[in-house]
Amino acid sequence: MTELRRSFPIKGMHCASCVRVIERALSKVAGVSSATVNLATEQASVAYDPKVATDEILSSAVAGVGYKLVLGQEIKSEGEQKQEKQKELKKLRSKVIISLSLGAIIVVGGFFGLPPLVQLLLAIPVQFWVGLEFYRATIPALKNRTANMDTLVAIGTSVAFGYSAFVTVLPQVVEKIGIEPMPYFDVSTVIIGLILLGRFFEAKAKAGTSEAIKRLIGLQAKTARVVKNGKDIDLPISEVAVGMVIRVRPGEKIPVDGKILEGESSIDESMVTGESIPVDKTKGDNVVGATLNKTGTFTYKATKVGSDTLLAQIIKLVEEAQASKAPIQRLADLISSYFVPIVIMLALFTFSVWYIFGPQPAFLFAILNMVAVLIIACPCAMGLATPTAIMVGTGIGAEKGILIKDAASLETAHKINTVVFDKTGTLTYGKPVVTDVVSVKGKGESGKAVLQMAASIEKGSEHSLAEAIVKKGEAERVKFEKVTGFKAIPGHGVEGVVKGKKIVFGNRRLMEKEKIDTTLARSDLTKLEEEGKTVMMLGVNGQLAGLIAVADTVKDSAKAAVKKLQGMGIEVIMLTGDNGKTAAAIAKQVGIKRVLAEVLPGEKEKEVRKLQGEGKKVAFVGDGINDAPALAGADVGIAMGSGTDVAIESGNITLINKDLGSVASAIILSKKTMRTIRLNLFWAFGYNIILIPVAMGILYLPFNILLNPILASAAMALSSISVVGNSLLLKKAKI
Amino acid sequence: MSTDKILVGIFSFFGIIFTYWFFLMKREKPVNVLNKVDITVSGGFSPKMITIQKGKPTKINFLRTDSSDCLSEVVLSDFKIRKELPLNQKVNIEITPQKVGEYKFTCGMNIYHGKIIVK
Repeated sequence: MTELRRSFPIKGMHCASCVRVIERALSKVAGVSSATVNLATEQASVAYDPKVATDEILSSAVAGVGYKLVLGQEIKSEGEQKQEKQKELKKLRSKVIISLSLGAIIVVGGFFGLPPLVQLLLAIPVQFWVGLEFYRATIPALKNRTANMDTLVAIGTSVAFGYSAFVTVLPQVVEKIGIEPMPYFDVSTVIIGLILLGRFFEAKAKAGTSEAIKRLIGLQAKTARVVKNGKDIDLPISEVAVGMVIRVRPGEKIPVDGKILEGESSIDESMVTGESIPVDKTKGDNVVGATLNKTGTFTYKATKVGSDTLLAQIIKLVEEAQASKAPIQRLADLISSYFVPIVIMLALFTFSVWYIFGPQPAFLFAILNMVAVLIIACPCAMGLATPTAIMVGTGIGAEKGILIKDAASLETAHKINTVVFDKTGTLTYGKPVVTDVVSVKGKGESGKAVLQMAASIEKGSEHSLAEAIVKKGEAERVKFEKVTGFKAIPGHGVEGVVKGKKIVFGNRRLMEKEKIDTTLARSDLTKLEEEGKTVMMLGVNGQLAGLIAVADTVKDSAKAAVKKLQGMGIEVIMLTGDNGKTAAAIAKQVGIKRVLAEVLPGEKEKEVRKLQGEGKKVAFVGDGINDAPALAGADVGIAMGSGTDVAIESGNITLINKDLGSVASAIILSKKTMRTIRLNLFWAFGYNIILIPVAMGILYLPFNILLNPILASAAMALSSISVVGNSLLLKKAKI
Repeated sequence: MSTDKILVGIFSFFGIIFTYWFFLMKREKPVNVLNKVDITVSGGFSPKMITIQKGKPTKINFLRTDSSDCLSEVVLSDFKIRKELPLNQKVNIEITPQKVGEYKFTCGMNIYHGKIIVK
């Protein structure tokens, strides 16, 4: 017995007694050797013989005692989180409205002599109710001896508010030291209002950066029509198990991955794989969950559910890429560790310099400039500069069927100046097809007859090229004749008798062996061989009757893809194990000038390293299955996906859309993302490097310019938004 | 120079020294973790530094009790993990580090930092 131990989530448990009830129910199932249920994690761990106890039996045993055993995990339930976020946003919006309205009354009222005491009363709710979140964040941070944006805002607004409250309550004290007792409640209130306004817009914009992943999650079907005992039952997607038979009608979403059992249809897979043309599928073909069935009805067997489906894998990959770090971020990381404490030190320095050396009233200048320094500093812009662009960049890629494994690959891809394509299965389909059928003039056999005889005799052959010839025969609807005396001659070809004629079909050596003169077809033979095709000859009763050429064909998108890359100034190289002649012929067809032929599979990586040794930044494009070392050795490994069994893990970038043109698109996307990151970092650093000294008053001596703290808060609010907004602009990029 | 200016100068000088010491001279001892650790997310991460074993699955439970938006996400970029931290809800992350070294974790905006030391 092969025992399997698996954990299943359990829904509906409340207390310890539920645990026992479920454990007992599961233990009673035939084939289950042990079952333990954990209340805290709401999981059941079951050891069972999958041949005896199926997932459905376990599920129904648990259902029988009033609970639910979840078979396939749903990818994620976003609804609740979304609602919570929206609630938070609403609250933030009302806080912004209140603080800015009260701030506006104070600003305008100040001009018309609104008494300071009234201003104080209006400012208190802004400072301690609206602004409470700054204090709430500051206090635990200080306990941990750390500081953040909120710390700066809390200190800055507290100083402005505290000073203003002081001059309002005890004006005579400041008058005594020669300062006019003017409050600055406008500063404390408007700063809080503007910073929260900035946060509101930033939160909205940030939601846009993760739109792609939300869209992917949203693609998942909610239910599946499972065929059970001849009846169709609608089941929630989480209860669909491997092996279940599912019926899909026209216009419906395919719930999980599987293999068609019956029926045929045209399926739109663009939403998952980015492949734009609907694919015709029939019995035996794989279907992808979350894609759209367009025309026919079919039943299929679920082969992958829950987190094993292609969609779930894509989501996981995109999530991981979005969480990874781009090397360009390192500097921002380093600075952000020191940034806030340094700003606090600069604020103290500003205060003392203005107090000691500034003009009168020095105390006021010192306070206002110190507040401006605290408020203008924006560490968030630096923190957001890279991750937001990476999120948008990887998201756009996923939407177009370009899966980028991590931020580092996205960063490296923009430096690529050489793209090496593996030939078989990448530039070509990897399956030989009949390209030419030639009848030898004057021998009385038409092209169709040549094909008929070859296809008839090859039907009994197991040679790899035979399949191509038989397929061609079927496509041309030739009549397969009965063959007698069939014999395969290893290394030569086949022979047999068809309609009383002795037929030999094979290579040049077979013709020589049979003493068949091939001179009549020499020019055709040379031409076909120069085109890189494998030519087989048909001899009928000792005379050459025709030629059939077989070749691996170039993918439709190959030529345009190569041209696009060359147009970008990238050198394109083809690498293959084929002989030079065949390789050159294919290279010519797709427009590749440099070919590395006769490279053994194990040496592909070595060739890539050699190119790197020439100082090139190399991307290797392969099918992801046989080329793993070369993909790993290249600066960027690009794996071509193939249907559902995508070798997602094998490359830095996987093209699940199967479009070779996406190699260029991935490089363009990388270039555009890097441009956005650079602009973001330039803006975020530049902003702080330029405006902090301005807030300190560096422009006061030469130009008499000082930065009002209110303007400082407006600038701060704008800086984060502009960084996120710039990242969102990437969505408009054409790749 | 008047007394008040001298006093402000001295106060600021020591204020700067204090700020440097308070925020940047903090020495923390890593917490040894066997297979599970709870990290409270409030004004930063606590504990901020943990030591875990190479090749051993380790569960890290993050519990955010601080309403600051800054801390609403945790990022373990070396492990390609970015998770939302809903307020007052435990978020479990499991990692199995394969290489010895020091790995940072940060808040979503990269302001707060923590460290995982893999031995």
